[in-house]
Amino acid sequence: MTQQELLKKIQTAVIEGIKEEAEALAREAVEKKLDLNEVVEKGYILGIQKVGDLWEKGEYFLPELITSAECMKAAMAILQPELEKAQIETKSLGKIVIGTVEGDIHDIGKNLVSSMLSANGFEVIDLGADVKLEKFVEKAEEEKADCICLSALLTTTMLGQKKLIEMLKEKNLYGRFKVMVGGAPVNQKWSDDIGADGYAENAMIAVQAVKNVIKK
Amino acid sequence: MIPTKRPKLELLSPDFIQKIIDEALIILEKQGIFVENQEALELLKQAGMKAEESTQRVFLTPQIVEDSLSSTPPVIKLYDRTEEKEYIVGEDEVHFDPGSAAVTILDRQTQEQRKAVTEDLVKFIRLTECLEHIHFQSTGLISSDVPEIISDSYRLYIGLLFSSKPVVTGTFRVEGFKPMYDMLVAIRGSEKNLADKPLAIFDACPSPPLKWSNLTAQSLIDSARAEVPSELISMGLTGATSPVTMAGTLVQHVAENLCGLVICQLAKKGAPVIFGGSPASFDMRKGTTPMGAIETMMIDSAYCQVAKHLNLPTHAYMGLSDSKINDNQAGLETGIGAVLAALAGVNVVSGPGMMDFESCQSLEKLVIDNEICGIAYRLIEGISQRDDPLATHLFENFTADTQFLSLPHTKSWYRKEHTFPNVIDRDTYDYWVSLGKKSIAERASEEVEKLIQENLSNLPEENIIQELKKIMHDDAKKNGISSLPELKID
Repeated sequence: MTQQELLKKIQTAVIEGIKEEAEALAREAVEKKLDLNEVVEKGYILGIQKVGDLWEKGEYFLPELITSAECMKAAMAILQPELEKAQIETKSLGKIVIGTVEGDIHDIGKNLVSSMLSANGFEVIDLGADVKLEKFVEKAEEEKADCICLSALLTTTMLGQKKLIEMLKEKNLYGRFKVMVGGAPVNQKWSDDIGADGYAENAMIAVQAVKNVIKK
Repeated sequence: MIPTKRPKLELLSPDFIQKIIDEALIILEKQGIFVENQEALELLKQAGMKAEESTQRVFLTPQIVEDSLSSTPPVIKLYDRTEEKEYIVGEDEVHFDPGSAAVTILDRQTQEQRKAVTEDLVKFIRLTECLEHIHFQSTGLISSDVPEIISDSYRLYIGLLFSSKPVVTGTFRVEGFKPMYDMLVAIRGSEKNLADKPLAIFDACPSPPLKWSNLTAQSLIDSARAEVPSELISMGLTGATSPVTMAGTLVQHVAENLCGLVICQLAKKGAPVIFGGSPASFDMRKGTTPMGAIETMMIDSAYCQVAKHLNLPTHAYMGLSDSKINDNQAGLETGIGAVLAALAGVNVVSGPGMMDFESCQSLEKLVIDNEICGIAYRLIEGISQRDDPLATHLFENFTADTQFLSLPHTKSWYRKEHTFPNVIDRDTYDYWVSLGKKSIAERASEEVEKLIQENLSNLPEENIIQELKKIMHDDAKKNGISSLPELKID
């Protein structure tokens, strides 16, 4: 199998969401000592981008999206240590700390965003659900994150998004990290009102939105 | 006379019902369920259930479920503030209440959604009070002009001040139960009288899949001990937080609710419990939770059928829409939902007024939906034998000129046999034009104006108003809030 064929196979595995195949191909690339950066860029990333296109076209729905994102994650778990071993700088689009704010145990929306961000080349630190606000700030400082993403499903817990921004201001950290908010009751107005950097309606839009705010 | 047949919707065969229950019991016994409340865990352990301390996962035996089922009352009687009007929650009785806890209101002037404030909540409660087919009140809107921390007690406070109907409500914090309970006791005069004549239902939602959080489990325990009915609101989202098949979601739904029921019965044997829910057919394209989807309504009707088989009172979120305005979609989804709920014999149907995935309430919609509920009620009354013979006597001396308008038979039955809507259009075209070519939403808006402009009447007695006020203000103070929005009765 030529490198071209392998890249093609990787794309297909991601597009079709076959996790075992995506992992096996990652191992094969490592064994054959291929240019892993190229394998990631022209294989996996290209694959997930095509998944995004299919979503845009209305052919793919959430289950396809999420299985493809998980394929990607599984393959990267194999490739990442090898890239590090070889001291190859991978192109991360940015470091994201994400979680559902304290008092809120809903994490399905957050999981989708988290998966899509990591599948699209962001380095994602997912703190899970019901996360103390202090924890977001601590982790963001520790990891030198570019962006904090806060999810809230309840009107009572969305207040935590506002509190986090106040906390950043108190600690003189406002502006150091971009802050994105999301969740069912959240909208652009809320994001503007509380001084967040952005808001996204769904996981696909979130990827572009995070790219945009980090660039700013 | 031939007895009237009550039209009925049943989606599941007896074998299917049994299979759903069997699998739910297997899950509870073998996989267990998370109970993140120490007191509930203690109760379960004392009852001999196995629990994993580290994960707060508990395993329920089929025996404890069966015991709990046998001690749960099949019928609950709710009473309005005056204690004169009794509402049976059980059997095939159907009571509509507005969908609860919306965060926005569809502004009647701008037709845009906006955050609701106290004034909106008061109007909403007063409007519900006058709508004939909406039997129960609900604390349907969250007021954004009071701090979130007391938004649970505050909405019940407004509900009890401005309405006499039984009310569907719930806590947003563990500490919320006490002031809310005190308000109900204030109306009834004593704890005993409140237990004998319940005025409110407390909703408690497990977190899918298979988890009762600290807050919701505490609500179950507190309500059970006070003999306040708990409504179990399991809410799986097909393919997201529960299995994608309707049958699979039903299994999870039944397992979650049965665990809630066991917690209630362990807290107080014989505690009133309603088997309810708000599941949805998760939209895989949009990532939304359509309440107007036919599959959502099928799941609702089916779990209620399972609950009836278990001899429990039932509840569902039906008769609401995902539309953002009062358009065709709002009417069709609400109409189908209300009719199916009535046919399925759902005892408490939460939905009217609600739109946009349970997030928005509309006063105009509430008025329209009241008529939809009336239609549903008429349907389940069925076709009755009014007299014997049915018709042959009306055809004696029949001629080519026979008409029925002037018959005494017509006059004595037409109001019982037929319903007369108010905002639904039955005018001739020309008359409709002469009235300004108005849509149903416009007519409903005018009706809202009319209904809420009438003077404040039917308030609780002055000493009760004062007592409610004191409880609310004390709760506010305890949470560091010194003032509350002014009310018309202040």
